[in-house]
Amino acid sequence: MTAVTDSNEATLTLPTDEQILITRAFDAPKHLVFEAFTTPELVKRWWHAKRGEMTVAEIDLRVGGRWRYVMVAGDGTEVGFHGEYREVVPNERLVSTETYEGLPEGVTEEQGTTVNTATFAESNGRTTLTILVQAPSREARDAIIASGMEDGLQDALTLLEQVTQSLR
Amino acid sequence: MIRCVARAATTTDAFNAVAEPRRRQILDALADGERPVNDLARDLGLAQPQMSKHLRVLREVGAVEMREDGRRRLYRLNGAALKPIHDWVKTYERSWSDRFDQLDVVLEELKQREVEEVDGSDG
Repeated sequence: MTAVTDSNEATLTLPTDEQILITRAFDAPKHLVFEAFTTPELVKRWWHAKRGEMTVAEIDLRVGGRWRYVMVAGDGTEVGFHGEYREVVPNERLVSTETYEGLPEGVTEEQGTTVNTATFAESNGRTTLTILVQAPSREARDAIIASGMEDGLQDALTLLEQVTQSLR
Repeated sequence: MIRCVARAATTTDAFNAVAEPRRRQILDALADGERPVNDLARDLGLAQPQMSKHLRVLREVGAVEMREDGRRRLYRLNGAALKPIHDWVKTYERSWSDRFDQLDVVLEELKQREVEEVDGSDG
């Protein structure tokens, strides 16, 4: 349960006030993980996290190229994200900006844009993927984390129940 | 407290305190009830100074409480302070977890495709 190296569980840490770091190992070589990460038809099959259907996955994989993902959730709400590639090192490293298209009134595009660095490291045929999300401010980072609440409200309620029980 | 914040601004933040995997293990271990420090250190395989450091961070943000019982220091979870932040970070992590579980399925297919390509070129 505590073995980090051979588990495939995603771990999340907050290295600084403006960052989120997500790490996950995959039982596949890095060129395949990179392919699944950067090929529209493949992205459409996993990025939705089973919370809806992806209607748009556009990827122009070159420095300065744009990307855009749109997902329609079960209740019909549409969420869109887009950005630009800043660094493309095939099978190794991908740096891109990411902007949420449903930013609240008064939030500028700059305040709502993160810079995401994905690195793909292979060892013994397994790949460790790390995604570092650099937000422009602590408020922006916290808003990103809070957005997960809606996705997993049911999970949150289950957790709430568990933690409540542990209070006794 | 101010001195502590200056020394380690990020770890004294409640969200960061809980997001650190080791400290989450400590919180999990305390979920069943109050424990002495050396018990915790032994169970999690941490040296006592490290354990004390983690516990100090957790105490600073109110996630755990300590009381002294003779020479022993007993720690317990302060769930009320902890619940919202725990849910908050965990749920976000869960959405990535679900996403990566889907990615696993795609990767299995890609691996299978490579095997078939190799077979095909042999024939």
